[in-house]
Amino acid sequence: MRRVSLTAKEKRREVLAKLEKFGYDLYDQLERGILPDIIMPSRSIDNIYYSPELRQYTLGDKKIRRSASNIRHLRPIAQLVWMAYFVHELTASQKTSTLRDVFYSAQAYDIPFKNQDESDDIITDLETILGCTREDFNVFPEERSAVFGDLTIEYTIPNYEGKRLNLTSHPDGVMIGPALTSAEFIETNADKVIAIEKGGLFTRFIEERVHERFKAILVFLGGQAPRSTRYFIRRLNQELGLPVYVFTDADPWGMHIAMVIISGSANAAHVKELTTPDAKWAGVWASDIVSYKLPSDKLEDIDVKRLHELLRDPRYKGEPWQREINTFMRIQKKCELEAFSRYGLTHIVDKYLPQRLKDLGE
Amino acid sequence: MEIISQVFQEISPADFFYRNREIAGFANPARAIFSAIRELVENSFDATEPLGILPDIYIRLSSNNEGEEGEKIYVLRVRDNGSGIPADYIPLAFCQFLFSSKYRLKQSRGTFGLGGTMAILYGQITTNKPVKVISSTGSQKIYEYTLMIDIERNRPIILDRKIYENDARWHGTIVELSLEGDYAKAMPKVLEYLKQTAIANPYANITFVDPRGRLYKFERAVSNLPPPPKETLPHPHGVDVETLSRIIRVTRCKTLLDFMQEHFHRVGRHTAKRFLDFAGFPEDADPKKLKPEEVVKLVQAMKNFNGFFPPDASCLSPLGEEILRAGILKELEPEFVAVTQRKPSAYSGHPFIVEVGIAYGGKVPPAEDVLLYRFANKIPLVYDESGDVCWRIIKSINWRKYGLMPGMPVAILIHICSTKIPWKTVGKEMIADRPEVSREILNGVREVARKLGTYLSRKERIKREKARISFFVKYLPKIAEFSAKLAGKEKIPNIEDLLRRARRFEES
Ligand SMILES: Nc1ncnc2c1ncn2[C@@H]1O[C@H](COP(=O)(O)OP(=O)(O)O)[C@@H](O)[C@H]1O
Ligand SMILES: [Mg+2]
Repeated sequence: MRRVSLTAKEKRREVLAKLEKFGYDLYDQLERGILPDIIMPSRSIDNIYYSPELRQYTLGDKKIRRSASNIRHLRPIAQLVWMAYFVHELTASQKTSTLRDVFYSAQAYDIPFKNQDESDDIITDLETILGCTREDFNVFPEERSAVFGDLTIEYTIPNYEGKRLNLTSHPDGVMIGPALTSAEFIETNADKVIAIEKGGLFTRFIEERVHERFKAILVFLGGQAPRSTRYFIRRLNQELGLPVYVFTDADPWGMHIAMVIISGSANAAHVKELTTPDAKWAGVWASDIVSYKLPSDKLEDIDVKRLHELLRDPRYKGEPWQREINTFMRIQKKCELEAFSRYGLTHIVDKYLPQRLKDLGE
Repeated sequence: MEIISQVFQEISPADFFYRNREIAGFANPARAIFSAIRELVENSFDATEPLGILPDIYIRLSSNNEGEEGEKIYVLRVRDNGSGIPADYIPLAFCQFLFSSKYRLKQSRGTFGLGGTMAILYGQITTNKPVKVISSTGSQKIYEYTLMIDIERNRPIILDRKIYENDARWHGTIVELSLEGDYAKAMPKVLEYLKQTAIANPYANITFVDPRGRLYKFERAVSNLPPPPKETLPHPHGVDVETLSRIIRVTRCKTLLDFMQEHFHRVGRHTAKRFLDFAGFPEDADPKKLKPEEVVKLVQAMKNFNGFFPPDASCLSPLGEEILRAGILKELEPEFVAVTQRKPSAYSGHPFIVEVGIAYGGKVPPAEDVLLYRFANKIPLVYDESGDVCWRIIKSINWRKYGLMPGMPVAILIHICSTKIPWKTVGKEMIADRPEVSREILNGVREVARKLGTYLSRKERIKREKARISFFVKYLPKIAEFSAKLAGKEKIPNIEDLLRRARRFEES
């Protein structure tokens, strides 16, 4: 059993220190009678690059400068400093908050945000400046996904600190929220992670005891996976050394859900540690529609348009991407995960899954 | 032969004007009320302002009939503190058409002895009541006449004449006439007319009591008058065959050389010689012996000769920038005002001056188009705006160039004064499009619009600057507070200096 590289506590201390330094820099400039400025990496399109080494999008060298001497920057700087202060309080007291919560909290400090988009943006700025994710400073998105499998964790949040839980304890799975994200991994008997796009199939897998039969930790993605879920999958992969397999619908959108787990999104180019470069898209592939004779639908115009976009996307350079995109184009068909039910409810678990895991070098 | 049994008959001027009363502005009962007030008020101005008297004009319109709607009989009474009229002239001045003291060539409001007399005629026709005129020139006597017009013969009929002692040496004139009209319909135009009159004549006190007893008072805001116009000779460019014939009839000059110098504006000996040479007339020709075709030839030559000096403007009485500004400030109470008086110019030998004012905000209502106030010889023109050259010019301007958007409260005032206003129609409500005049109007409007533009952009700059400062005041303390808290400092950095510097930037 591998130990966590950085314990949750150390991580917290590091984030707090970064926030304090950010505040100190501004404080210091003001003390010296200077209108302060903030320099940070630019997140504009022309500064987002795909890095083949990192296998994800990253930011280039371009910097932007926000200066309090510029009237248009005054407000965002004030918002940013307040945000840093607010999340510092959160993190220090080990409380969590959601994006929406943060937006409303600002009002109590007379820091105006036009709407939640504006406050979300400032949080993204703070991530960029500090080089860590909002989950690191305890701000979580609304949507939650779930995990089920033989993994024992130990909570680090107040009131639960030291308490342990095995993630098979609840038959619906355990929600991947702030408490789980910051928990330490204690031990596991699993040897792989299976991530599933859809809730129905996640439940089926639990019912069919896939976690035992395949020694797998099951993760329910709920469509495009939230960042905390991506971060959690990465931890499973990095800290526990478990290979990750992602199952999605057989269409360009499902394919991209897998891709974002593997290589990240351009939106999150400013943060690292959200991707799992070694994860694998395990299906359902376009070629499966042919070989398994799955019931399918015709590709629609926007599906085809999306496929053309993906073909030009640097993340889709290698295999199986090129092969599968071309197959989609050739057969002009797509299908859902549930399509396997045509052969009976358990066919996917009994036949397809073992075969695919074997194919992928299990 | 039977065919020639048509009846030829001569009609008197009074008869003519009665038959063509729409020309004089008495086409319908509403318009009649408006025009009667206007004519009497203008006579009062002509009897005060050019003589150096600050006008006090009192107007009362009353009616015995109940209710407000519809046509009915009104009594109109206008009193002024003007020169008064010598007793013997009173009947002629008011009850004979084309009898006027204003045939001389200088700027005045009335012109042919038509306006006031027309109002009296209209009153007589519609009510069969006489007019009462009370007047004194400031002598020991006040005269009161009760008069009617003998329409067919264009002569006054004196019904009664009373004489009062004038111990107080009052001078002025009171005219009281009855007429049929429709005040309810005329009211908006009447009030607009009075308000605009007050703008162009801020040195006057004008009081109006309407049939309901409502009092409208426009008080004097300045006590200096525009310079009075000097009488002038006709400029050769503006002379027509009829005028020339009339002058020939009365002249005592024996030679054309003398004649030209004696009777025309700015013609000296040298110019007269050059002109006669150009026209091909001997200098010593006797003007009275010119044949009709020679008179025509001489008029043609006057029009075509380029060597005359342009007319000077001493016969004009513009408002002047100070008075125009005062009038605008008084009635519109704008946030910003700019005025300009263009240099005198001439069209066809008639001198004219254009004055333009612009007002922004205050009582000027915001509107899609700019609000246009037109004046000719200090008289507001409140009818037929869209046919006027001023309107065309206003519409042709790209207001955005001056930072003006539709929906802004902007009023433009255009005043043209001339010995001969270039009217578009006999109705005298629209100025015609004469290139010389239009050019001056356009340039005048541009000039004041530019000034307003400068003001507005300055105002905008100040507003932006204020917003900038308020940003500093609002956000800098926040930055200081939260950065100090993050840094774990007790003391919040002192940002007074930074704020002060931001402010200083504002003043520079
Ligand atoms: N209020 C008045 N005070 C002095 N004179 C007046 C007044 N009203 C009219 N007059 C005299 O009567 C004349 C005729 O007036 P009117 O018929 O209005 O013609 P106009 O004003 O064109 O001369 C004027 O020229 C003027 O001499
Ligand atoms: Mg008159």
